[in-house]
Amino acid sequence: MTIQFKDESFRGDFSYANSPSNIPRFPFPFPEDEYMYSTNIEPHHAARAGSPFENAFDVDEHYVAEMKDRALVLAEDPGRCQALPHMETAGWDFLELVMVSKARDYPDLFKLTMDGDRWHWINKPLQIDDTFTFGDSSTLPCHPMEYIGRQVQGDHAILDQRDGNLWMDAGIITAQADWSLDFDIGMNFFEWHAPVPLAHELGVFQRALKFLLTLPQGQPSRRLNWTLTVNPRLDTSPENYPKWGPDKLTVTPENIGEKIHLRVELQTFWRLPRSNAILFPIRTYLMAMNEVVTQPKWGRRLHRVMRDLRPELVDYKGLSRYHPILVEWLSQFDDGAPTSPGIFPD
Amino acid sequence: MSASDHLIPVVVSNVVEVNPIIKRFEFKHVNGDELPAFSGGAHIVVEMIDDDTKRKNPYSLMSSPFERDQYAISVRRDDTGRGGSKFMHEQVRPGMEMKISAPVNLFSLDLRARKHLMIAGGIGITPFIAQMDQADKLGVPFELHYAARSVSQAAYMDSLADRFGDHVSCYCDDQGESVDLEMLLSNQPLGTHVYVCGPKGMIERVVETATALGWPAAHVHFEHFLAPPVGEPFEVHLAKAGIDITVGAEQSLLEAVEASGTPINCMCRGGACGQCETVVVACDGEIMHNDHWLDEEQRAAKQRIMPCVSRFRGKRLELDL
Repeated sequence: MTIQFKDESFRGDFSYANSPSNIPRFPFPFPEDEYMYSTNIEPHHAARAGSPFENAFDVDEHYVAEMKDRALVLAEDPGRCQALPHMETAGWDFLELVMVSKARDYPDLFKLTMDGDRWHWINKPLQIDDTFTFGDSSTLPCHPMEYIGRQVQGDHAILDQRDGNLWMDAGIITAQADWSLDFDIGMNFFEWHAPVPLAHELGVFQRALKFLLTLPQGQPSRRLNWTLTVNPRLDTSPENYPKWGPDKLTVTPENIGEKIHLRVELQTFWRLPRSNAILFPIRTYLMAMNEVVTQPKWGRRLHRVMRDLRPELVDYKGLSRYHPILVEWLSQFDDGAPTSPGIFPD
Repeated sequence: MSASDHLIPVVVSNVVEVNPIIKRFEFKHVNGDELPAFSGGAHIVVEMIDDDTKRKNPYSLMSSPFERDQYAISVRRDDTGRGGSKFMHEQVRPGMEMKISAPVNLFSLDLRARKHLMIAGGIGITPFIAQMDQADKLGVPFELHYAARSVSQAAYMDSLADRFGDHVSCYCDDQGESVDLEMLLSNQPLGTHVYVCGPKGMIERVVETATALGWPAAHVHFEHFLAPPVGEPFEVHLAKAGIDITVGAEQSLLEAVEASGTPINCMCRGGACGQCETVVVACDGEIMHNDHWLDEEQRAAKQRIMPCVSRFRGKRLELDL
């Protein structure tokens, strides 16, 4: 196998870390020294070999550990995986998209054999070897969305399209940046985005919705979103706030480099063929500040972005408690030199 | 970015004369590959190369969404139209290679429905044929009420009756039959969704009747199958490109922009999806808004145009393209 999967944790002792070779492929989210909301959507084309944009569903060294963490979350709280009754077709669409993509992009790790509706799926890293009938949920151990959602990194929401709007009618969400599927299930696009500051006034959501409603099949799109998380914890859900909220109090100028993680979401958008729903994968990448600043361009730029971040966003992203000491800490990596355009390291 | 930039090469595998005015065209992938899966109600855009003229018209898929080895559409001949249907009827033969877009669905079934009530007029039957396959497979009850001018023009009625029996009813004008909408819409179980595809007047009657009877708007779905209308030729200035173009009588403004090599977004090409909405920089004259996208206020303001179906008459039209 070409990828060495790490044995690591996203809770307890937090043994998660990026290998040196994994750092430059991090999807650093800031193409410029300044950050503001935009409808920064681009085609999800294969781009830059080795980057997380090379394949439809990126598999990296954290795959196996992330799937173990998902299983732990679901065992504690089955409400993290919900599908309204009309979303079963969409679940099959999702399963097909992931299996076909992974078998094509990682033939040494995944194999799919189709004999009409009879499908044989082998997932080597997770040691799964199953045969089932496509479209017949009784031949799977669970809902098709849950079955494949336990085998693909990132959270996945499935949005039903009707009445000129999108509806959060299904999802498997265990690695979220402080939002709740259980709260949002059944909401429309404007309802679940209601808490976001500034963007409504800028018309961002109207434009994004218009774009998504006409998203064509076979032409997926992507965007990056970001926040900061204390400790490499995937499950920063509102349900578990008592477990991770107090972590913010543990940040000191001495431990900031290892405690604070840049948390980037690679969000992609896919029109599903049989259900006409939209699949919305939210793939989270975590990187400690100490790892980020190994790339001089990223260290300089992150300092400038954090220093100039608008107060509403500092507050919304939950950074208020440690924002000043983070800016101070990052300033040591900013020599004032100009940075090159784009997100990739020099 | 535009759906019709990513075309699928197909070969015409069959052409069937369904009746004197309707032909069915079947397409297979040129390589024999599977075509994309789709949902009932989806359409494709068919590219027609007619000597120097390139037309792209949307047609509903009528083949089963569960069949991936071929697609089928039906085309009603319209001799007063822009020539797309005439081209399909007169020029397209089995074995010909053409290009089509991936399926797009602006008229999908609401999968929450307890029952699907479908009302078709004439060639508006086509999306329902695919939707009935889908509803049948999903095991959700459905009824089709199909109005046509005459028995001979009620395309596919016999095969639908064979397959779906009592779920299908036909009403022929020349027999004095018509759908009793008030009766039909008064007697539906809770959770029913109604879908209508047909002439404008029929859509309006269904929507008005349903509204008057207290149907929730979210349970009433309709699709205008709109072809770009013909008209007088007109000139347009494209401000960003810095060029003047002429839109021919049988050409749409969108097609003229594309022919000039100027980039423009688009998808449905039928005035419904909103992708090609374009800012009007200057307008001295009258915009003939033929779309279903802009509201009355936007139309009156003359600051937006949908180039796929709308036209212009007057002294000067300048677009932000």
